[in-house]
Amino acid sequence: MKKIIAAGIFGLSLAASSLAYAEPVKIGVITTLSGGGAGLGVDMRDAFTLAMKQSGNKDVELVVEDDAQKPEIAVQLAEKMIQSDKVDLLTGIIWSNLAMAVVPNAVAQDVIYLSPNAGPSALAGAKCNKNYFNVAYQNDNFHEAMGQYANKDYKKTFILAPNYPAGKDSLTGFKRYYKGELAGEVYTQVGQTDYAAEIAQIRDSGADSVFFFLPGGMGISFMKQYAQSGVNIPVMGPGFSFDQDILPAVGDAALGVKNSASWSKDLDNEANKAFVEAFQAEYKRLPSVYAAQSWDTANLILAALSKASVKDKDAFRAALKAADFKSVRGEFAFNTNNHPVQNIYVREVVKEGDVLTNKIVATAFEHHKDAYAEQCKM
Amino acid sequence: MSIALLIEQLLNGLQLGVMLFLMAAGLTLIFGVMGLINLAHGSLYMIGAFACAAVAAATGSFWIGLAASLVAAAAAGAIIEVTVIRRLYDRDHLDQVLATFALILIFSEGTRWLFGSFPLYLDIPSLLQGAVPLPGGGQYQLYRLAIIGVGVVVALGLYLLISRTRLGMRIRAGESDREMIAALGVDIRTLYTVVFALGAALAGLAGALVGALQSVQVGMGEPALILAFVVIVIGGIGSIKGALFGAILVGVVDTMGRFLLPKALALMMPAAQAGLIGAALASMLIYIVMALILAFRPSGLFAAQS
Repeated sequence: MKKIIAAGIFGLSLAASSLAYAEPVKIGVITTLSGGGAGLGVDMRDAFTLAMKQSGNKDVELVVEDDAQKPEIAVQLAEKMIQSDKVDLLTGIIWSNLAMAVVPNAVAQDVIYLSPNAGPSALAGAKCNKNYFNVAYQNDNFHEAMGQYANKDYKKTFILAPNYPAGKDSLTGFKRYYKGELAGEVYTQVGQTDYAAEIAQIRDSGADSVFFFLPGGMGISFMKQYAQSGVNIPVMGPGFSFDQDILPAVGDAALGVKNSASWSKDLDNEANKAFVEAFQAEYKRLPSVYAAQSWDTANLILAALSKASVKDKDAFRAALKAADFKSVRGEFAFNTNNHPVQNIYVREVVKEGDVLTNKIVATAFEHHKDAYAEQCKM
Repeated sequence: MSIALLIEQLLNGLQLGVMLFLMAAGLTLIFGVMGLINLAHGSLYMIGAFACAAVAAATGSFWIGLAASLVAAAAAGAIIEVTVIRRLYDRDHLDQVLATFALILIFSEGTRWLFGSFPLYLDIPSLLQGAVPLPGGGQYQLYRLAIIGVGVVVALGLYLLISRTRLGMRIRAGESDREMIAALGVDIRTLYTVVFALGAALAGLAGALVGALQSVQVGMGEPALILAFVVIVIGGIGSIKGALFGAILVGVVDTMGRFLLPKALALMMPAAQAGLIGAALASMLIYIVMALILAFRPSGLFAAQS
């Protein structure tokens, strides 16, 4: 009899404990896993799933889908995840044009979206939303940091970006803080692979430095061609063109280049050390800034889940906004528009053994906020 | 604006044109002889670049990689000709476009499966590193000059092949009348495979040469393919001579447009705005040129068949 009662109590306690925890949470991850931009999405997904796995939280279920870097596919996936998968949270989008296509619609249906990378200015300012949390940056931030840093050494900079919204945000951000003269301002085609015409103009412009924002394969092409062109003017740019995903393809041409980012592998904090070690052990490669941001996104969600139920939207949003998690970027808080307040660093590309990577050489901004928060009425 | 800059930009245009010629020559040859629209030509370009990067990384020699790119692209071309393309000659262009588009997807995902999602590293061989002085005080990248040289050699080689050899005679005969040359006892199936492999090898060569300048990644072939189609439409579909002139025209117009349009607009408006509008106009320029040429010569500059 005793045994039966004991078993009963045990069974009840199990049932009770599962009542407390077993509320399943479904997270939709829409990211780029095919096409030329797949490296970024793969890093995003890998860090996210690793963080979830390490947490041991069995209640989280991930729905991961590939958007092929196409806005129309991303929109379809978001609709499917919201309508038929009934996800509680959405995350994962890498590219600003895809985010602009998906996010306004999703948050209007009261689905919480957490951005692990893209931060278009519209969503930070007038179109901000209580359901939209950007865990990465506002698009201008890295470029602003480089503009600030350029003031130290340079007087006449040649600036270069692709002709699309994030490219314009980039040069706007750079010019917001840069005080010197511009030797030239050139917009290239999106997906352009040959920069000979632009490099010839740089050579002819009398610039003392070059700032460029060319994400993905565009940056690889530019750096390789620049290194061979015989032009010796120093280059700088946001961390996207000098991150772990593309450095091996650029090769030694990138050595010594200064670039800006909110994170670096050598940032000295416990969370970061644990992250870099875990990522390297699991995937046998160094993480990129996309992986770091995605890892933070996952840990932010986990921290909020431990405080509030995802079904109670108000409480869950408050728990997210508190940002009570150990960020690999050190200090991290949300501004009034749900965008990060964080430090932005200047890094330099160095060689560790045979591996090209970055080390921090300066801090461009401390507790930096974006320029659009005032326009956000939330 | 100096003379050196102008010379440098003209060379840049020429180099882009030569690269496009390598792509367009194969495309137009295949269309001319077999009447086939091959969208997967960009995938063969990608295969050339990946083969070169992988072999160069394994052996440490760019040159072995370059040879491997020719072999790999020609082999891939021959294999798809025998297994897939052969079934498409008698079908209409829509079926050809659908089937070769499927090949693009298969090659892209297959390459990703083999090499991963991250771009590969391929560097310029040490022999061709650096820049050389130009008249007028400028400098020009040696490797780009070498690409121009390769283009000239290939153009000459193709000319000799088509006008002076037995194979060339059969290719010309195939272009004029396919049924008749088969009836005369020429093994048309082998001829098709050889022509397809030749076109594929040229695309692979272009991919390997350009791979050292750009990034070797999945999907690199499609932007080049679109330009190559513009080239063969301008030059006249099926004509190698047309492909050569069309390629150089597109290369020079595109480069000079990107360079001169923002400068011209900057005389009338603020520099930042001129840059944006100039860049937008420059990206349309080659299509405007194509439209103009088609308006006056609907079958292109050097139409092969009338």
